[in-house]
Amino acid sequence: MSILAKMKMQPLLSVRDLSKFYGGRIGCADVGFDLYPGEVLGIVGESGSGKSTLLSCLAGHLAPDRGEVIFDTKEGPRDTVQMAEAARRRLARTDWAYVHQNPRDGLRMGVSAGGNVGERLMAVGARHYGDIRAAAVDWLGRVEIAADRVDDRPSAFSGGMQQRLQIARNLVTGPRLVFMDEPTGGLDVSVQARLLDLLRGLVREMGLSAIIVTHDLAVVRLLADRLMVMKGGYVVEQGLTDQVLDDPQHAYTQLLVSSVLQV
Amino acid sequence: MTDQTAYNFAYLDEQTKRMIRRAILKGVAIPGYQVPFASREMPMPYGWGTGGVQVTAACLVPEDRLKVIDQGADDTTNAVSIRRFFQRTAGVEVTEATADATVIQTRHRIPETPLTEGQILVYQVPIPEPLRFLEPRETETRKMHELEDYGLMHVKLYEDISRHGQIATAYDYPVKVEGRYVMDPSPIPKFDNPKLGGNAAIQLFGAGREQRIYALPPYTQAISLDFDDYPFAASKADHSCDLCAAPDSYLDEVITDDQGSRMFVCSDTDFCASRRAAGHIGPMGAPRAGADVE
Repeated sequence: MSILAKMKMQPLLSVRDLSKFYGGRIGCADVGFDLYPGEVLGIVGESGSGKSTLLSCLAGHLAPDRGEVIFDTKEGPRDTVQMAEAARRRLARTDWAYVHQNPRDGLRMGVSAGGNVGERLMAVGARHYGDIRAAAVDWLGRVEIAADRVDDRPSAFSGGMQQRLQIARNLVTGPRLVFMDEPTGGLDVSVQARLLDLLRGLVREMGLSAIIVTHDLAVVRLLADRLMVMKGGYVVEQGLTDQVLDDPQHAYTQLLVSSVLQV
Repeated sequence: MTDQTAYNFAYLDEQTKRMIRRAILKGVAIPGYQVPFASREMPMPYGWGTGGVQVTAACLVPEDRLKVIDQGADDTTNAVSIRRFFQRTAGVEVTEATADATVIQTRHRIPETPLTEGQILVYQVPIPEPLRFLEPRETETRKMHELEDYGLMHVKLYEDISRHGQIATAYDYPVKVEGRYVMDPSPIPKFDNPKLGGNAAIQLFGAGREQRIYALPPYTQAISLDFDDYPFAASKADHSCDLCAAPDSYLDEVITDDQGSRMFVCSDTDFCASRRAAGHIGPMGAPRAGADVE
């Protein structure tokens, strides 16, 4: 994307001065960035650096203490922090998706795979069983789950399949922005590789924007266009992924990059 | 219990009735909305209709005629004991005839005889929250009602169809009231669901253990949830009553011996008895003395 085209384009998500405090402790502070349509932003940092707090604030799960999160809704840019809860939930059902680290948090374990995928469709008003089921089967296919597993419960699925099911469940309504909290955490490396491949394909194919929180630098190297490095609640460095990873400027980023084990 | 003057009219003290009436009025003002109320200990165990009894007690006046049914029957333990309770504590007249009653407390049925304006139907409700088994958190279900976030309700019906090939929920079938609140109609069979909407009587729902009251004012819209390609269907046993030959009433299946013999009888005993008195006799019904046989 050329710089000129980008300048004219409206950012999908525009974050200004976002801060969240837990009493006297800092969750995250003074975070600001723009995310453009089709762009994937990675957020890396050590445990406790405020990555997940930031993601929860962006997705409306936590109320930030300060700052604004402006999302380019269909009615124009709106501050989701000031928005009524009903409107924010509507966004969360249609334009947003949230992929949890643990698929058990994002799936209904007592409901069949088809029901899990269909829930968002029914929440936005789909009332035709045949159509809902067809969409569910279609999406299971896209995340490489066999169609004959549509009536099985997620508890009968492997960890990797559960994570793929969670992704299908989130993408079925065609969201524009996906929040992912360590989507590959807890999976073995070969399953991780397949999942990353799948995610990369879906992101490109659907033109999704995504914000991916992870501590795995390989994940952001593969998926993210831009990278933000956090430490102690503050963003210490941000830029293009390759630039940050290949030429880290901040001492902590240098430590992070050099900590990766080479096989 | 010898000194009846020791009790206030209809057992509850006036302050408690006032509190319950306020909850009922609020429920009538917002059809389908579950109003919290300070449920009292009643001299019967939870699950025996403590919520319904409190609502009935708050509605009763000395001129009322009370009917109590349990699964449609006037003569089962629950119905008999609650009827006796109000006979002793309120001294009101009681009846078994639906048309004669001004207040009807019911467990799991709506009478077959159409209700009329001025009647009050009080339901005993075990679990008032239609979303309970889908979403265990009370804070979250309240939020879902507040924001009209009812996608989950259809997930339950979707699961029914994917597992059984049809909507297998046969009782406790959720309804949407006036296009707003999704309401649990208490465990009435879905055969009774069409009678919820547009009913001339006031319908009050009391859940004692869960401390909730909700209501359907007369002529309120209540639509059973369904899918476009799997529409709601009120179902009953494909049979007619063996005692009164009624083809269109809700039936109980009664096993009569250990050889597999069974009979189907109306669950509404008053409806069945009055039909037999009018001379409708089913294949297993003995004609009543003095009645003309059809």
